[in-house]
Amino acid sequence: MNSRNLIGRAIVLALLFLGAMLVLTPFFWMLSLSFKSQAEIFSPTISLFPDQLQWDNYRAAFERTTLLRFLVNGLVVCGGILFFQILFALPCAYALAQRRFRGRSLIFGLVLAGLLVPFHVTAIPIFLGLAELRLLNTYGALILPFVASVFGIFLFRQAISAMPVELFEAARIDGLSEGAIAWRIALPLAMPAATAFAIFSVVAHWNDLFWPLIAISDPALAPPPRGILYFRDEESGTDVGPLMAAAVVIVAPMVVAFLLAQRRFIQGLAVGGLKG
Amino acid sequence: MRLIDRTRAEALANLWLAGPATVAMLVLIFIPVSIVALLSFTDYQFGARSFNWVGFDNYLILIKDPQARRAITNTIVYAAIVIPLSILFGLLVALGLHSVMRYAPRLSAVLRAAYFLPVAATLVAMAVVWQMLLHPNLGLVNHLLAAADIRGPAWLSDRGLVLYTLAVIGIWQTVGYNMVLFLAGLAAIPEHLYDAAEIDGANRGWERFWTVTWPMLGPTTLFVVVVTATGAFRVFETVATLTRGGPAFASDVLVYAIYREGFVYFKAGYSSAITMVFFVFVLLFTLAKFRLMESRVHYR
Repeated sequence: MNSRNLIGRAIVLALLFLGAMLVLTPFFWMLSLSFKSQAEIFSPTISLFPDQLQWDNYRAAFERTTLLRFLVNGLVVCGGILFFQILFALPCAYALAQRRFRGRSLIFGLVLAGLLVPFHVTAIPIFLGLAELRLLNTYGALILPFVASVFGIFLFRQAISAMPVELFEAARIDGLSEGAIAWRIALPLAMPAATAFAIFSVVAHWNDLFWPLIAISDPALAPPPRGILYFRDEESGTDVGPLMAAAVVIVAPMVVAFLLAQRRFIQGLAVGGLKG
Repeated sequence: MRLIDRTRAEALANLWLAGPATVAMLVLIFIPVSIVALLSFTDYQFGARSFNWVGFDNYLILIKDPQARRAITNTIVYAAIVIPLSILFGLLVALGLHSVMRYAPRLSAVLRAAYFLPVAATLVAMAVVWQMLLHPNLGLVNHLLAAADIRGPAWLSDRGLVLYTLAVIGIWQTVGYNMVLFLAGLAAIPEHLYDAAEIDGANRGWERFWTVTWPMLGPTTLFVVVVTATGAFRVFETVATLTRGGPAFASDVLVYAIYREGFVYFKAGYSSAITMVFFVFVLLFTLAKFRLMESRVHYR
């Protein structure tokens, strides 16, 4: 270890810290503002840290808005989407991976082609369809468009293809039905793929603004990102503290989940890069 | 008789397993795509009882009308800033963290988490925070600039500046994602290549980088380019939250234009044409990505 090496390390570390500080600044500022009093936020001198930690903004955020409702909506929508995505994708993936039948390559071709289509492209006809069914402004409108996840089928098929054929033969000889094989044998073994897919799906839909902006106009149905915009547009620039407290509450679930399960989280989101 | 029963049962099983997903794919993806393509040649408005075929009129407006065209040019400018810079920073951070990992693995992991945080955080909520950071009078950024005697601009309402401000937020959000892809690529480079390079006389850091690291990262880099490009062309959340395409269309982008024309002004036909243009851009990138995947060039 010579001194040139040490200096090099010091420079690299200093730059990395500087970059990390810049990246974390919005998070720091969000937390700082969420604990500051109104007077402190609007004072002409600016201080990095709040004078004292006070929870009034958080209380105000929950009392003056339906923040709790937004969170519950997010949970219902993300949970509903994930449930139906797996319900549709897993049996199909199992059939594509472990069964031979006519039309199999055609269906897999559809899956691959579907990966090319971003959701935005289908928005207008799906909106028309939901309007026709009188489903706009319901949870159904937020969940239904996403139940066919070609990405889910793709991931599950990759995982199930790698499983030994003998395993499924043995299960058939034991008299298990094909459905039971898919759910009781393939799914438990495909858990790593399922986890990665679940993380990808929940993060994507918890954070989505595009579709909630279109499909609902009732604030009582708004998932968190839509909800915080209702709040911001109503408060007209005076309630900065509670707004930041609401932002903290909305960002917290995904950030905490990420910090607790970093490896899985990064894997899930990196795998998402394969999707169009 | 038994044989027929069995083949029937098998066919029924296939139908039950693959049928629902196939129908859902057709109804939710393929039929809608065909409808959008058709609607883009009409003047259909949401709620109207009829429509007329207008040929390529919607596309001509999009290309010829200087205001409408801004959605396309802004998206390209935005992508042209975000793609190279977020890749460059992602690579630099990954190289730094990879070297720190050798002597301080815990510290490296903490820093990695910090850089990845914007990827996990809800972008709309963070955009509201950026709005406060960039507020012309109350924002932290302009306060810090004022301390250095610089008059900070109105970051989000200055026509000449707004797109660049959004690009900075886009880079902030993407660097961490690119970083983890590059870290995976770096971890896959076998150590003996560096030993061999050293024997060949590549001793200095940058020599090692150009002879081993950069060529070995080639496939990862291509993949990162395509993923970042698709992401940049989809920019929507920050625009919808912070500028609504304004001021005066200075930050209008394709996906926001789809939303505004279709769901605020109800011009379904015109919005479908914008959708098709957006689709073609994304399609080009995704096809490139599939080509890369086929040549076994991807994460892991």
